[in-house]
Amino acid sequence: MIKNRLGNLSYQLAALLLAFGVVSLILLSVDASPSEAYKNIFKGSFGEMRKFAEVLVAFVPLLLVTAGLLVTFSSGLWNIGVEGQVVLGAIATTWVYRFYLDSDLPPTLIIILAIIGGMLGGAIWAALAGILKVFGGVNEIFGGLGLNFVATALTIYLIFGPWKRPGVASMSGTVPFPDEFSLPLWQNLRISPWALVIALIGIVFVYFLLQGTYFGLRLKAVGKNFRAAYLLGIPTWQYSMYSFLICGALAGAAGAMQVAAVYHRLIPSISSGYGYLGLMVAMLINYQALWAVPVALFFAALNIGSIQLPIIMKLDSSLSGVLQGVLVLFVLLAAGVRQKFGRKV
Amino acid sequence: MNVELKNINKHFGAVHANKGINLNIPTGTIQGILGENGAGKSTLMKILSGFIQPDPGSEIILDGKPVVIHSPADAIKYGIGMLHQDPLDFPPMKLLDNFLLGLSGGLFPNRKETAQDFNLLAREYGFSFDPESYVDSLTVGERQQLEIMRLLFLGARVFILDEPTTGISAGQKEKLFATLKKFPEQAMTVIFVSHKLEDVENLCDRVAVLRGGGLVGETKPPYVTSNLVEMMFGKAITLGARQPAEAGEVTISMKNVSLEDVRMKIKNVSLDIHAGEVIGLAGMEGSGQDLFIRACAGLMRTVGGRIHLQGQDLTGKSYHTFKHAGVNFLPAARLEEGLVLGLSLTDHFVLAEEPKGLFIDRAAGQKLAEDRIQSFNIRGKPDSTVESLSGGNQQRAELALLQTPLSLILLEHPTRGLDIESVIYIWSKLKGRCKTDGAAIVFISSDLEEVLQYSDRVLVFFNGMVSAPLDAGKTTVEELGQLIGGKGWADKGEAHD
Repeated sequence: MIKNRLGNLSYQLAALLLAFGVVSLILLSVDASPSEAYKNIFKGSFGEMRKFAEVLVAFVPLLLVTAGLLVTFSSGLWNIGVEGQVVLGAIATTWVYRFYLDSDLPPTLIIILAIIGGMLGGAIWAALAGILKVFGGVNEIFGGLGLNFVATALTIYLIFGPWKRPGVASMSGTVPFPDEFSLPLWQNLRISPWALVIALIGIVFVYFLLQGTYFGLRLKAVGKNFRAAYLLGIPTWQYSMYSFLICGALAGAAGAMQVAAVYHRLIPSISSGYGYLGLMVAMLINYQALWAVPVALFFAALNIGSIQLPIIMKLDSSLSGVLQGVLVLFVLLAAGVRQKFGRKV
Repeated sequence: MNVELKNINKHFGAVHANKGINLNIPTGTIQGILGENGAGKSTLMKILSGFIQPDPGSEIILDGKPVVIHSPADAIKYGIGMLHQDPLDFPPMKLLDNFLLGLSGGLFPNRKETAQDFNLLAREYGFSFDPESYVDSLTVGERQQLEIMRLLFLGARVFILDEPTTGISAGQKEKLFATLKKFPEQAMTVIFVSHKLEDVENLCDRVAVLRGGGLVGETKPPYVTSNLVEMMFGKAITLGARQPAEAGEVTISMKNVSLEDVRMKIKNVSLDIHAGEVIGLAGMEGSGQDLFIRACAGLMRTVGGRIHLQGQDLTGKSYHTFKHAGVNFLPAARLEEGLVLGLSLTDHFVLAEEPKGLFIDRAAGQKLAEDRIQSFNIRGKPDSTVESLSGGNQQRAELALLQTPLSLILLEHPTRGLDIESVIYIWSKLKGRCKTDGAAIVFISSDLEEVLQYSDRVLVFFNGMVSAPLDAGKTTVEELGQLIGGKGWADKGEAHD
């Protein structure tokens, strides 16, 4: 068992090295120094406290989305719709804030209600994909993709329609909420320790759900063999729906964090692509919850660190996306190679 | 075309599926290949049609020339065409397009010319098809005819037909046979694979019988049915004395139950199965016994009649309702339907139990797994994944998943592929459940010895017909073999048909 894990790790390390190798070649082809680029990415993410705080800001939604996706992947579902579920989480959070804008309730309670609202919003959006899948026979990939577009369109409609700023609507989003609606930030940094705590609770929750509960074991059985799970007496489609709901709630929480802790309003690209990035993280860690924290942190660091590239090296910041994509491809490739040529265990 | 098979061997892992088969099929004959399920017929035909490669040393000789057939496309180039049990066509497409698909060459197919050829060929063989109609408007029998035409069109000189009379009507069968009987005049060779004695006897100029992967004999007309049956099923091996059950109360009661799927209709079956009783279902694969056992499990809705389990009306209820009422179903496809790949034995045993609380008690799970592994003699560890176990051990693991209490155990091929000790062991466990739980057992097996040995009563299935229950103690393998092959139904079949 331990030998097996070590073997696995060596394949993944090889994939990591290969990914950096390919990206280095790309950099060399445009006459840029790979080592300088990596150094700048590192400095841009871990170089100073302010920058590390930015990394954590990206880490929070990414970890929540990854945690949710671990649940849907366990039940054998490709919840591509997670991106839209983040968006709906943000929309629902905004809606709750707007609803209580002039109320006398304590702000803390409103923040809690807004976050719960966000989780419900994400869960409802995921339930739509689930209903399409279970009752309509629509593959969750297609259903989810469609719902993602609808979610984006809905955001734009709200920003330019019912929720537009007084005077003229703009791409900069809705009117910012008052300061007391924001999750408290840590000193003068942009990261809220509360958001971090919520994200960590999310992943710990999923870890125990999948590792230690009957629910998690049944979910895995459904994911690995739907038919056999049914014959073993597990209510299969219900479990598919549960996993959509849990993933949607966690994605919705990510959307809520984007509104409550980062942007303090609804903006058009509120999800910042964390849904799709979360899919990559989940694939990269081979659906093991333990690895979610370091890998999500690594991806967040790449995202934030690469912001330095256009400023210092006149390179496009999408380099981090290239590195992430290549990395996932190589890890999947390594898994394929291992399956084909590796010793059968 | 003359087809000669020389020393054909094929191993699948440890299984020796074809054992040094030598067979010469002269030009212009209709050769029957007879054998029970798993006798090696399909393997041999797949080798001849290029789907699989034989072991080194095997030889295929066509008209005196040794050939190596790498693929089905290769086979058709040599003039060997195979008609599969399930038609390999494209239902949503037009007949003509199905034809064009198999043709090589040309970016733009010549529809007009092909349509002319199509009509010409159809006229010659007496088929009536509209090339512009769609395949899904055809019956199974017509699709078969279409496939024969397509193979003719592609220049096939040797036709392999794998169980072609399954699922088609009597009229279509006659038409098929009439067509096939024209082939020898044109120096074409037909290889007719079947387990239906009557079809083989009516059609074939000669018959080769396979059993256990080897060729056991060849005969020519006039055929003696009892000889064929004996060659197919072999001589009895003894499994000890039969142990008839003491039947108790009625466990499951079926009244005028009718079942239906795309291929098969079963009408008006009435049967009471008693606690402690074992019912064997015999018949070639796909004769209707699979529908029957799934109806007993609640996995298949009845289209008529009622099913009562211990007095409770469960007609139309779901499988999970049946399961709660103590019905357990162990499917034949262990790895596809019975077990979850990637999960360990412990996981399986924990899943099969009622959950206690929210969290799994790992220590208790481990203990449970160790107990089951010991009492079911499974060679494996609690954390072994099911795919790492051998077939016999997977089967035991499935048995170990049977819930307590139980009222009805449904088994598909419970001992297929297992050695004789495992067979005896598994049946002792099953019979044990009959005694302790008062459970009834219904099982499907293609091993007639097993059916007669362990059943109290036997139902024979043939093309959706169900025989009256036979007393297993008074039935012989020969009688059963004849019924399975569709003979002697006049005095047995009317009870339910």
